[in-house]
Amino acid sequence: MIFVFFTYFALVSIAAGVLTVALKHPVHCGLALLALLLHVSGLFILLNAEFLWAVQVIVYAGAILVLYLFVLMLLNLKTDDRYFHSSYLYFLVPAAIGSLYVLALLLRSPFGGAKGDAPTVAVLQDGDTYAVGIKMFSDYLLQFEIIGVFLLGAVIGAIVLAKTPKPITDKREE
Amino acid sequence: MVPLSAYVAVSAVLFITGLLGVLIRRNFIIVLMSVEIMLNAANINLVAFSYYLESMAGQLVALFVIAIAAGEAAIGLAIIIVVFRGKISTNVDEMNLLKW
Repeated sequence: MIFVFFTYFALVSIAAGVLTVALKHPVHCGLALLALLLHVSGLFILLNAEFLWAVQVIVYAGAILVLYLFVLMLLNLKTDDRYFHSSYLYFLVPAAIGSLYVLALLLRSPFGGAKGDAPTVAVLQDGDTYAVGIKMFSDYLLQFEIIGVFLLGAVIGAIVLAKTPKPITDKREE
Repeated sequence: MVPLSAYVAVSAVLFITGLLGVLIRRNFIIVLMSVEIMLNAANINLVAFSYYLESMAGQLVALFVIAIAAGEAAIGLAIIIVVFRGKISTNVDEMNLLKW
């Protein structure tokens, strides 16, 4: 059953990713990106990461994508006839060969490694949100604070950038 | 039981799709969307390894990646608005000056 769901989410997210890159109209690209984000959040559910699922749906699909669509509709873009870069064929063939090679390497390797301290049974007992919270506010507190400062800086930077510039008047002339 | 390499393969395909989008698209907003695809591919990788190696660190780093993506989207779209106001174009080929 999990395999069926995994196949569905994986195939649809790859198809939506390709559509995001290949579609012509920017709003259609945004909607394909929405499909991609929702199906990636489905993959998070399969991996027992409910908290990340909620964050993905709320922050990505709810906030970031709305921001993109808002700017797209605000700018009212004209779609060019030539919407790919002129030399895209030079990238396409090496990318296809490279991705096939990477896939062949990935499907062979076992990915063994030392296990960590959060086995699935322990996570399922209290829930994923509890486990994430305990870990975040004990071992990762400094990183959490840094992210907070980063987001504050991003907000201030976006406001400063998007503000309508005042006409430059020299104060000495007044 | 889905093997870990299946998740990593999905993530690799998505990452290459996003990379292609950054390289071949000419609209700045689509380039930013392709960056979001690449960040999502990295997130799938982090959460998959977090599940199979039984460690919580991967999910926390994925959470930080989502926060970084939010900041990047805000700043990138603000830059697009500034450029569009000055030049009426979002083609990446025509943006080759930092100041004009």
